[in-house]
Amino acid sequence: MKVRLLDVAHARSGDKGDTANVGVIAMRPEWYPVIDRALTRERVAQHFRGVITGDVERYELPNLSALNFLLHGALGGGGTLSLKTDAQGKVFSTAMLRMVIDVPDDEAKRLQLPAAP
Amino acid sequence: MSRTVRVAAGQGFWGDWLEAPRRQVEGGQVDYLMLDYLAEVTMSILQKQKERDPKMGYARDFIGAMESVMPAVADRGVKVIANAGGVNPPACAEAVREVARARDAASKVRIGVVTGDDLLPRLDELIAAGHPFANMETGAPLGSVRDRVLSANAYIGSEPIVEALARGANVVVTGRSTDTALTMAPLRHEFGWAATDWDRLAAGIVAGHIIECGAQCSGGNCLYDWRDIPDLANVGYPIVEASADGTFVVTKHAGTGGRVSVHTVAEQLVYEMGDPHSYITPDVVADFTTIRIEDAGSDRVRVFGIRGRAPTDKLKVSIAYRAGFKAVGTLVYSWPDALDKAKLADRVLRERLKNLGLRFDEVLTEFVGASAAHGPLAGTPGDLPEVQLRVGVRGPDRASVERFTRELAPLVLNGPPSVTGFAGGRPKVEEVVAYWPALVDKTVVTTKVEVLA
Repeated sequence: MKVRLLDVAHARSGDKGDTANVGVIAMRPEWYPVIDRALTRERVAQHFRGVITGDVERYELPNLSALNFLLHGALGGGGTLSLKTDAQGKVFSTAMLRMVIDVPDDEAKRLQLPAAP
Repeated sequence: MSRTVRVAAGQGFWGDWLEAPRRQVEGGQVDYLMLDYLAEVTMSILQKQKERDPKMGYARDFIGAMESVMPAVADRGVKVIANAGGVNPPACAEAVREVARARDAASKVRIGVVTGDDLLPRLDELIAAGHPFANMETGAPLGSVRDRVLSANAYIGSEPIVEALARGANVVVTGRSTDTALTMAPLRHEFGWAATDWDRLAAGIVAGHIIECGAQCSGGNCLYDWRDIPDLANVGYPIVEASADGTFVVTKHAGTGGRVSVHTVAEQLVYEMGDPHSYITPDVVADFTTIRIEDAGSDRVRVFGIRGRAPTDKLKVSIAYRAGFKAVGTLVYSWPDALDKAKLADRVLRERLKNLGLRFDEVLTEFVGASAAHGPLAGTPGDLPEVQLRVGVRGPDRASVERFTRELAPLVLNGPPSVTGFAGGRPKVEEVVAYWPALVDKTVVTTKVEVLA
């Protein structure tokens, strides 16, 4: 089943130099394994292809039902050097939530995940 | 019931809500008011102000805040801790003294002044002694931009603030203290936590991280359930209720708007996070993967389980240097075919910049309404009602950037049609002051505390 990340997680992003960080938090603790499995480093790097110029780092925070991603080369030089509207990486959070993930039907049903419209 | 200490956050950055400090001390019982004013480039702005006037160089908003909270400080024992001192903590302290005198409260206000973070006067001596101040992102030595450095400040920890409190200060003014130390220091002072009590120090740092951005943990900028967060107009800023064992509750005053929930706190915990295993501060390295949060009632979240370990032998240094000039200009194009019109205008503009022989390090075009926020992830839009063309340039040559600012308005009459939104006039040329993060040996930084009677 197709599931919009927007419907199962919330997120906040910020900056550190030319790196944006995106914290993705499962809306319910029991949904954390779903995002943990779907949001691999490779998948996130592919999602942001053409948007960032550097690598992606991935960290797990099961204690918060959260994942943290560092997106390098994301902010046009970062800080005051950047000419971007989003020089501080504030809306990389919602850019991440544009992702649509695949979840096996039986698991999606058991976890009561909302299906993508 | 064991004793709790209540630390309230009243400012999350320089420019935050002016009402918040007073609301925090008047809305209910608090022991400390914590005010964070310094972002990465703030120090350089303050340094420029100090160059123009040696009595400036601190966050002026803080003086207004002190006026609004002076009754609570003088008569109810609320203590204030702020990194408002910027590059001139003594001048900031003097201005606070003036406020106290004007309110006949001079005898009740003891100001602790923390200095020693400013490395600018010692920079050449330190470089000569073998400290390269290599850029943490690029590895380049500071020598490459040394002649353009405006400010250099070490991020200092809780120690000097604890000392100021121990010596009886009830207002502590620092320069480049870490944001988190402003919250951890009063807890360490009140509970007598040892300098090697890593878990409790880490807990204080996590408390500081949660409230250092003000309302961003109490309903502000919260994505989760944002439509139903109540009464943001009256948003309550966060308060930490800490216990001696290092556990604490995040809450806000009764009767205020916003919300404190596991969702609002979790969003703030991941904000500006790097490697969660190693949140490095001068006092302790906190492990964010050990943090436990749970619902503890209406607008109350309990935080516990936090582990920490010994810090490194380095301090981070925030260096600012002049890095050329930039300007950003905008025009608005309307339906029909708004995006195509904006794209044509951008091509025309770029051709003219090229024909003029202007040279820039970067020219960036964004189409606000179509793709400025999410770029290609936004997909292909339909026929948008309107699009803002936003063009920015940056480079070392001020004259080129100046000339760019004269090339936008002509497009209104000599470019594509259905254009408006130029009433703001020509774009402003700004000097770029860039940030150079570096590390330095802890041993070279000596902080000093003075308590003004």
